[in-house]
Amino acid sequence: MTASSQDDAAPTASPAGPQSAASAPRVRRRRAEPGRAALVSMYREMLLIRRFEEKAGQLYGMGLIAGFCHLYIGQEAVVVGVQSVLEPQDQVITGYRDHGHMLAAGMSARGVMAELTGRSGGYSRGKGGSMHMFSREKNFYGGHGIVGAQAPIGAGLAFANRYLGSDAVSLTYFGDGASNQGQVYEAFNMASLWKLPVVFVIENNQYAMGTSVARASAETELYKRGLSFEIPGAEVDGMDVLAVRRAAGRAVDRARAGEGPFILEMKTYRYRGHSMSDPAKYRSREEVAEMRERHDPIDMLKRRLLERSEASEEDLRRIETEVKEIVNDSAEFAQTCPEPDPSELWTDVLAEI
Amino acid sequence: MVIDILMPALSPTMEEGTLARWMVAPGDRVRPGDILAEIETDKAVMEVEAVDEGVIETLVTPAGSSGVKVNAVIARLKTDERTGAAAPKPAPAPPVRSAPSLPPQTASSPPPSPPPKTAETVAAPVAAGGPATSRTLRRVTVRDALRDALAEEMRRDSRVFLMGEEVGQYQGAYKVSRGLLEEFGDKRVIDTPITEYGFAGLGVGAAFAGLRPVVEFMTFNFAMQAIDHIINSAAKTRYMSGGQMSCPIVFRGPNGAASRVGAQHSQDFSAWYGHVPGLKVVAPYDAADAKGLLKAAIRDPNPVVFLEHELLYGLEFDVPDGEDVLEPIGKARIRREGRDVTLTAHSRMVRFALEAAERLEKEGISAEVIDLRSLRPLDMDTIVASVTKTSRLVCCEEGWRPFGVGAEIVSRVVEEAFDWLDAPPLRVTQKDVPLPYAANLEALSLPGADDIVAAVRASLHRGEGA
Repeated sequence: MTASSQDDAAPTASPAGPQSAASAPRVRRRRAEPGRAALVSMYREMLLIRRFEEKAGQLYGMGLIAGFCHLYIGQEAVVVGVQSVLEPQDQVITGYRDHGHMLAAGMSARGVMAELTGRSGGYSRGKGGSMHMFSREKNFYGGHGIVGAQAPIGAGLAFANRYLGSDAVSLTYFGDGASNQGQVYEAFNMASLWKLPVVFVIENNQYAMGTSVARASAETELYKRGLSFEIPGAEVDGMDVLAVRRAAGRAVDRARAGEGPFILEMKTYRYRGHSMSDPAKYRSREEVAEMRERHDPIDMLKRRLLERSEASEEDLRRIETEVKEIVNDSAEFAQTCPEPDPSELWTDVLAEI
Repeated sequence: MVIDILMPALSPTMEEGTLARWMVAPGDRVRPGDILAEIETDKAVMEVEAVDEGVIETLVTPAGSSGVKVNAVIARLKTDERTGAAAPKPAPAPPVRSAPSLPPQTASSPPPSPPPKTAETVAAPVAAGGPATSRTLRRVTVRDALRDALAEEMRRDSRVFLMGEEVGQYQGAYKVSRGLLEEFGDKRVIDTPITEYGFAGLGVGAAFAGLRPVVEFMTFNFAMQAIDHIINSAAKTRYMSGGQMSCPIVFRGPNGAASRVGAQHSQDFSAWYGHVPGLKVVAPYDAADAKGLLKAAIRDPNPVVFLEHELLYGLEFDVPDGEDVLEPIGKARIRREGRDVTLTAHSRMVRFALEAAERLEKEGISAEVIDLRSLRPLDMDTIVASVTKTSRLVCCEEGWRPFGVGAEIVSRVVEEAFDWLDAPPLRVTQKDVPLPYAANLEALSLPGADDIVAAVRASLHRGEGA
């Protein structure tokens, strides 16, 4: 990991040239440092995602979840840190490693888990699965299974915001793998050309399926990938939820102020394989252990909360219990609620006029 | 010696144009590259350059002449014998230099040329089940009918916007969007970079967020770059979201063969899109349907693939007046009633089917012509009703035969009306090769009225000239 949680040391890329490359984008408004309640809330959300994904992995192993299932374990700080600076009208769109984004956006654990088991209580009534869930209410726009497709769609959400005169910002997430897709650059170009309110969040978890960034990318510093489109970028320690929050706050404020897109490269790590069927032989046991033991986002925040007496052991135990209850309840629901009615086969193909 | 200067063609499909004005007068000396004249079609304004050096002897065609045929002599140039200008006589049509064509509102001296008439004018449908015939009819080209549909729907609904390559300042590569930038501004008429995959996806995102995008592809050949978003993002998302998400978007542009533009610019994608659940697919023939169906497509809450045809844009048809005339998506139109054989066709093939039906009538064969108009949904009721009357079927399409529109229709007619058939259903299609460039090979490859007449005769077991 090269990134630091210190703002000033984090590399940034700016179209203005090397002189200004080290300076972070101007701050639109001073966002208050998160207070105790906000910190505890972030801890709780990260833990919910962690426990939810562990349970999903377990249900997969039991044959209750099928198909592709991409777990977010290890990357929780990214989505929780970004979500902490969003307004309700802001939109989120991502690829297929999407369970964490949905929970962070406030979608119910029951609805997500029941979609994973293909039941009628799922967000798509069982017709989407792990990679295809949406919530209009929470402004979550999917859940996209084609690598990189969410980049132009996310730019389109931002286009609509500007067209309609709304101050919403589109948070468009994709991975290091998608950052080599041509359509991502088509989206960069239009987003910058038209100054669209979109923040591109590259979740660089170091491996596109089994191929490391170094083996796939001529330019491995992905935050620089927007420079030829005049889009500034910054590298962020994606294992540090507070660093994520600070960087996201600046990028989102900037987009909301009409100054156009920004790229946040979140250096992160997934502990599990690419999907449930991936034994992850392409990286060493030591590499994974190092990340888990020294950079785990939940442990890092937990230490801080305890060290600064922002939460007690007892508080954290209570949170752990609450989270477990939510997750167990969702798993119970996902196994007991019925499969979609056979008539559902033919619904939702076209809107009726 | 004296060289003939000929009326040049501005595009592969141009047959005639207006000589708007001369930039030279008799007696003027010109050099290669000098601008001699401005010529116009209803699509574009271009400058004619001199190829040879010499003195203008006569201007054969007066300024302001319309309907000047391509390759007609428009002027004579006396070349300098001393320089040995041994150009063959007549000289080839000079090259033309594209000038930004002016929208009608800002055109200064030369008035907009009238749309081409004569051979390009086509009669109104014989048997129409569509717009109220009591309405006033106006002669309108398909191109202008599409433009009118866009303008009317943009006036009606502020969420409707048009995006694509050259739709704004250039007024549309095929001038379908002429005048829209002036009326609606660059917020709603958006010139995109050449980035089909990207802007198709961006349009889908805008539709998810509540807008009503009309995405123009310069031709559907280029939409292959974007077909992932048309299918994976636009068509499937309503289903994958359990009905939560809506994608009200129109993907439109010319589809199918143009004229002499080679294999990569001449493909019919009807069957490709017709295959996909979650899409509606429309392919109108005449101007009234082009307008009424485009308006319906823009108001439809689903993604609609709207297949136009470059070789129909300049044709004039009767169009009923009024902004409230919509044509239903999913309903075929019986263009001509008949007893002996059913012809199905869509888009430009309707024209050939009607032509074939006229010729067959002289042989005593009565052909019913069904203009499909919509490929998905496909109006099987109308087709089956016709086949139960005629007992014979010939499916006409411009695309390739395997897995095509005809293959689908034949299959469903066999399933639904097998007992009514008196002969095997037949298909008239493009030859199963990439479209060739050479004029003779291209003509051999594309289906036309002759092929339809031959197929009908075969269906009726009648030999040539029987």
